[in-house]
Amino acid sequence: MNNIVILPIIIPFIIGAILIILYKRHAVQRVISGITMLILLAFSVFLAIYVYQHGTVVLEVGGWKAPFGIVIVADMLSTLMLLLSTLVGAACMFFAFQTIALDREKQFFYPLFLFLMVGVNGSFLTGDLFNLFVFFEVMLISSYGLIVHGGTGYQLRESFKYVIINVFASALFVVAIAWIYSIVGTMNMAHIAQRVAELDQAGALNIIAIMLFIVFASKGALFPLHFWLPKSYYGPPAAIAALFGGLLTKVGIYAIIRTFTLIFNHNLEFTHKGLLITIAGVTMFIGALGAISQFDFKRLLSYLIISQVSYMVMGLGIFTPLAVAGAIYYIAHHMIVEPALFLFAGVTQKITGTTDLKKMGGLIGTHPWLTWMFFIAAISMAGIPPLSGFFSKFPIILGGFEAQHYVISGVALLVGLLTLITMMKIFSQVFWGKQKHTEEQGKIPVGKLLLPILPLIALTIILGFAAEPMFTYSMGVAEEIMNPTNYIESVLKE
Amino acid sequence: MMQKPNNMMLQTLARLIILIILSFSIYLLLAGHNSPGGGFVGGLMTASAILILYLSFDLKSIQKAIKFDYIKIIGMGLLFASLTGVVSMLFGFPFLKHFFDYFTLPILGEVELTTAMVFDLGVYFVVLASALTIILTIAEDDK
Repeated sequence: MNNIVILPIIIPFIIGAILIILYKRHAVQRVISGITMLILLAFSVFLAIYVYQHGTVVLEVGGWKAPFGIVIVADMLSTLMLLLSTLVGAACMFFAFQTIALDREKQFFYPLFLFLMVGVNGSFLTGDLFNLFVFFEVMLISSYGLIVHGGTGYQLRESFKYVIINVFASALFVVAIAWIYSIVGTMNMAHIAQRVAELDQAGALNIIAIMLFIVFASKGALFPLHFWLPKSYYGPPAAIAALFGGLLTKVGIYAIIRTFTLIFNHNLEFTHKGLLITIAGVTMFIGALGAISQFDFKRLLSYLIISQVSYMVMGLGIFTPLAVAGAIYYIAHHMIVEPALFLFAGVTQKITGTTDLKKMGGLIGTHPWLTWMFFIAAISMAGIPPLSGFFSKFPIILGGFEAQHYVISGVALLVGLLTLITMMKIFSQVFWGKQKHTEEQGKIPVGKLLLPILPLIALTIILGFAAEPMFTYSMGVAEEIMNPTNYIESVLKE
Repeated sequence: MMQKPNNMMLQTLARLIILIILSFSIYLLLAGHNSPGGGFVGGLMTASAILILYLSFDLKSIQKAIKFDYIKIIGMGLLFASLTGVVSMLFGFPFLKHFFDYFTLPILGEVELTTAMVFDLGVYFVVLASALTIILTIAEDDK
């Protein structure tokens, strides 16, 4: 029965391989990959419920006992991440069906998409540090393929920077892994956690913690390693940009949460209260300022990712159950709303042919449905009750004030205000004002394009109105990850 | 006008060398799961043997002789490797659990056959086909 936890990794892998064989028949590829994403989504819902009811599921791959073999661990945090990632993946896939140009579609779009899902799902599920590196690479190599997909000059130039920073980060990751192996002599995360606890996280272990933080921060786009994100996410089509904006940075954040709750939790004053909170505060502010200064829809949203992910790091840094639960809630909220906003940018681009805010206007007259759906997503992102954005920011900031971190909580409130300003800017530039697109453009039907976004919008409303059960769940996740003995015992079976 | 270079030495030697390289690469593939070697290095070595063919004869005549679509072979290789893991799941064992036994075959005598070898075969196909795809794509680029 434990084999079920490998299925979210192996299903997209096998289907991706089959799609490579069928690479000349893109209509077949489309049908198969659409069905696959729906199956994956249904399966991850099942897995999340199963783990919630029966507790952590551990698979020892190849029958090799932990800590010697590789383990795949599905606890509540990983199944939640899995559920969100397949949801975002499915929405982007169905959006891509209608927006990706045919010559792009022919160039291995669907196999790359599915291998990206392999890497993302694998990173969430693995319980082995080196295996985490491997799944990071699977994810990154697919993302290199997707980010240059289409091969325009702009994409090639900006993707080069993306590749360079990620190769550098991966090299640093291997160095950090080698170093931690030389100290604790194991790669199994539960076993590492046990031994780091015995050593009381002394000396070089703090340096390794920082090295791993740098690696994950460069994937998660935290200051000062955030500079690559806005430009490289601007290049690819909206479906790919939405997928990256929803998934890739969150894998970095997940890795930070996993390592800094499970392994490096013995020197809180230095790592959490010092490092994480400072970086989160600076990132939040710089990202929000960057978003305000932009007049391009996609670039603005990319800066928004930077400022939003740091709320999760802030929640982790405060490290009280309330704040960590808020961070978990925030991940759920952000992974739903951010891709939705990117997909809206794709829809408006399809109508007006541009992503420049100054060249758009008056869409409310011709596309009222689009406008009001965007409005819901925008105010949810800005944190207006009763939508999910409010209920995810509230516990983090409340937790910050309770733990007497007044500066960061103040910054978080200020950034919330700045986010509201950016959202108002988009809304007034794109949807209000004089109509700047032609009458023919005004008649372009967008109903089908809005369909894949609809579940995301519905979920942000549901997460807002059903905040209590969702928050209880986040609280459960937070208590589980802040109490790593459960994870260690279920992996090592002691 | 440039004269066509005389390739006789290269072409004669290539026929001989390729035989050695190919048989050694198969040896590496089969030995891989418990001594040095494996699908990766075996695949690379086979790719290098085929590359010598491409270098010493011209691109078109080799493409006429070897009519495989390398991209499809990549997909096949990935399927081989992943299905090896899935098969053990069907019998209720953990994913990627490997099995082995000793068989007596005609001519070869007693040999050890393992499921790890099927996995290696998948890796072999992937590496072989992707190395050739990369090199041939670059080679065709300057047309």
